[in-house]
Amino acid sequence: MPRFPKPPEGTWTEHYPELGTEPVAYEDSISPAFHELERDAIFRRAWLNLGRVEQLPKTGSYFTKELAVAKASIIIVRDRDGEVRAFHNICRHRGNKLVWNDFPREETQGVARQFVCKYHGWRYGLDGTLNHVQQESEFFDLDKSCHGLVPVHCDVWAGFIFVNLAREPKQSLREFLGPMITALEGYPFDRMTERFGYRTEVHANWKLFMDAFAEFYHAPILHAKQSRERYAAAGQKLGFEAPYYSIDGPHRLVSTSGVRNWEMGDDAVKPSEVLTRGGLFGPWDKPDLGEMPRGVNPGRCKPWGLDSFQLFPNFAILIWSQGWYLTYHYWPTSYNAHIFEGNVYFLPARTARERIAHEMTAATFKEFALQDGNTLEATQISLETRAVDRFHLNDQEILLRHLHKVVGDWVDDYRLAKGAVA
Amino acid sequence: MLPATFAELETLAPTWCLATEAERWRQRHLSTMAELTAFYDAFFPRLEGAIEYCNEFPLDDLPADVANLLRLIHSLVMVSMAIEIFRQPKTIDASDAVLDRIREPTP
Repeated sequence: MPRFPKPPEGTWTEHYPELGTEPVAYEDSISPAFHELERDAIFRRAWLNLGRVEQLPKTGSYFTKELAVAKASIIIVRDRDGEVRAFHNICRHRGNKLVWNDFPREETQGVARQFVCKYHGWRYGLDGTLNHVQQESEFFDLDKSCHGLVPVHCDVWAGFIFVNLAREPKQSLREFLGPMITALEGYPFDRMTERFGYRTEVHANWKLFMDAFAEFYHAPILHAKQSRERYAAAGQKLGFEAPYYSIDGPHRLVSTSGVRNWEMGDDAVKPSEVLTRGGLFGPWDKPDLGEMPRGVNPGRCKPWGLDSFQLFPNFAILIWSQGWYLTYHYWPTSYNAHIFEGNVYFLPARTARERIAHEMTAATFKEFALQDGNTLEATQISLETRAVDRFHLNDQEILLRHLHKVVGDWVDDYRLAKGAVA
Repeated sequence: MLPATFAELETLAPTWCLATEAERWRQRHLSTMAELTAFYDAFFPRLEGAIEYCNEFPLDDLPADVANLLRLIHSLVMVSMAIEIFRQPKTIDASDAVLDRIREPTP
């Protein structure tokens, strides 16, 4: 018997019949040729989140983002009107990378009045205008007004900065995000400016790590040795069920029911958690965030633990009932490697006690993520043997099925469109 | 380095009053279990009092010795998993996985 009610069809997966229930192939995660298609079909067509507006606190604040998967380097900057703009990071003169420090492949950030190319001193305003050409009279028919920085489509939703590398995006950012995601508007992302940032390179296809964080079926097993014995044993016996799943266009959501560590016996909780009042689920003392927007906990789970919103293609927002949030980004660097970025956000600590609870939460997040990361290279290596090519996914793994289907659909669309042109 | 009330922890301070997670992570992995246990056993009984002590000061203006005490608490957070759960310095079942903290609030 399921612990939580399932949809009338009997399972979450059958509630979305387009997903099917048959075993799935993982060729999309081990094929270099498929990855080449993904680069154009997905990463040069979908809206990609590059960060938050708090990273650009004032006029001239900028950061760069290296998007190896899309063969692009982007400058994001706040211009003199306060608008967030994005440009390709390339000088119009002879193609030097415009904004970088010592190493051209490393990202950078800062505050600038203008951007000056290190090579020949061409200068660009914060709005991308080419303002100055060194020895301009030596050039032939150079019209400065048509040689500003090449703009990239850029839009902001709920403080999250997105770009789209398509010449003309098929959808506006809002249309792309759709009703499930935009219903999060009003969540106090803008107030949660205390940020712990994490980064690593993972030797596995980007979708395999998204898969790892898209199901909690693994949690009682893989993470058994993260908890005290009594808690771990209870988890393994019961297994894991999520009370709510939802799919909206290319995006997906799983909610979990709450675990209240502080209500469990001392033999199920770590002694240091009791004193620091923090842990995997967040600070034990929940800040008052006011009324939540309707998009939070849309399944109205009670108790409610967290919502994991996975935004296509490579971005996740996890909203925790204890009043904090996490983001994940997965940036492919090849068919079998990617950069993982995790950010943990809290309301700024007002007291040492709050700061310590945040530290315990962030430290615990890292321990769990290390275990999640560890299985991925092993999965990648063994998938690449192709000894098995069909894999069964259960109902708690519905979101994996959806991610791989949407990726396949976008690649098919792109192939068809290209075929039509050719 | 520490407030006088915590004088008995002074010998631990040079090793464990570390400002960043990267330093604390490194120190945990450079230490033997005996060293981690010695730190944990010495500090854990005073943890509650240390948190209370730090809490009396404005977080954005901690005197240097209180800032050190907070760093010592953050180090206890760092080693608590190794002592209370893993019984080894390294995260269990994490093989050679790496996850670097590249930004964090101050203090």
